[in-house]
Amino acid sequence: MDFLRPASWEEALAAKAEHPAAVPIAGGTDVMVEINFDHRRPEYLMDLNRIGDLEEWEVGEESVRLGASVPYSKIMEHLRAELPGLALASHTVASPQIRNRGGVGGNLGTASPAGDAHPALLAAGAEVEAESVRGTRRIPIDAFYTGVKRNALAPDELIRAVHIKKADGPQQYSKVGTRNAMVIAVCAFGLALHPETRTVRTGIGSAAPTPIRAQAAEEFLNAALEEGGFWDNGKIVTPSVAKQFADLCAAACNPIDDVRGTASYRRHAVGVMARRTLTWTWESYRGAHRTTEGAA
Amino acid sequence: MRIDFTVNGRPQEADDVWEGESLLYVLRERLGLPGSKNACEQGECGSCTVRLDGVPVCSCLVAAGQVQGREVVTVEGLADFARERACGTGACGTSLDEAKGWQAQGTDSQTGEGTELSPIQQAFIDAGAVQCGFCTPGLLVAADEMLERNPNPSDADIREALSGNLCRCTGYEKIMDAVRLAAARQSEGV
Repeated sequence: MDFLRPASWEEALAAKAEHPAAVPIAGGTDVMVEINFDHRRPEYLMDLNRIGDLEEWEVGEESVRLGASVPYSKIMEHLRAELPGLALASHTVASPQIRNRGGVGGNLGTASPAGDAHPALLAAGAEVEAESVRGTRRIPIDAFYTGVKRNALAPDELIRAVHIKKADGPQQYSKVGTRNAMVIAVCAFGLALHPETRTVRTGIGSAAPTPIRAQAAEEFLNAALEEGGFWDNGKIVTPSVAKQFADLCAAACNPIDDVRGTASYRRHAVGVMARRTLTWTWESYRGAHRTTEGAA
Repeated sequence: MRIDFTVNGRPQEADDVWEGESLLYVLRERLGLPGSKNACEQGECGSCTVRLDGVPVCSCLVAAGQVQGREVVTVEGLADFARERACGTGACGTSLDEAKGWQAQGTDSQTGEGTELSPIQQAFIDAGAVQCGFCTPGLLVAADEMLERNPNPSDADIREALSGNLCRCTGYEKIMDAVRLAAARQSEGV
């Protein structure tokens, strides 16, 4: 094994082009586990800790450009207003020690269906900034996950940043596990209301070969909210609409039985989380709605 | 490969380090600092917790090569670290009498035996928070860092800060007591 220590992003890209099999390591919370357990013996290990701008973020007009190695603890601390769903998801990651090291870039690189950030990214809307010596491209988050622990990166590409849409409405995140800390999700659900476009987006984790959106459920809910004039009248979402939405979210899953839970439990739990997160976000939207009306 | 870094304020070098080796292995097996414990090797148990440039991390998940040129504090250096931090706030110094009375005791071992304890270590002893002791080093490092950040933690803050450290003996109640005790002593300036 060789240990590569690029001092700059350009050096990292050059090294990755020269050694496409090189495994990038930043927080190490996935890679080191595999090495410690002899599950992986990469020919080259490439340390990204020396590249400072990977740990920086910029808040723009429409989106946040989040450096690939920004640790979860920083997202929780500094980006709660702009990225509430991702901040909530970050808080459910493992433990303080892990959140101090791990970041979204690694979550995307590993592309585990159980990665905690994925449902929040899917719900908010995001693009992955991938770069190689050949150039930069932005991969829409919906097209990023290609299979179990597989993603759309080319062998010579590295993840530099993630561009995540700033919240324009309430967002929620829910995760099922046996305890609060140190848990790999049995399943997880992210939901974001987008009042500006009058749409709702979802993200489901650990209930299909890849993280997915429940698109049929989103379309149903978008239509139902529009039809009932809910975005304007701020009424509570009809229980039958919430139930139908939950059922469609559960139907979007394609889970397996494993040590953490059965397929049918996962489907059921996703339905429950979908209904709950819809209620939470909608209550919060209504609250804001009422406040605006009261102030006017 | 060779790694140069700072451990507990002292420059250290480790030679012939394997590229896939963890910081924990370097500390325990190459530098003779066995305080950080090796248990799960996957970041679940927190018994290998150290400070890396001030930040608590699981040393089993840091590749040795990643610490080149950086600063690590282990449980062995916790007492010194806490003392220096207290000095920063102007609460220290050696009196003339103390200095005159000083003599070498021959207990200045690398593992920290015979040195004065940090407030959190003393609180763990006083509260009976140590049983088998395996998880203790990780808990001490994590708890000390929390008290540095948050001098008046609520019980929820303590639980949250220690949620990455598993203890199979105590049931955590005595550990909670110890951290509350250290916080109380810290705020009283004892």
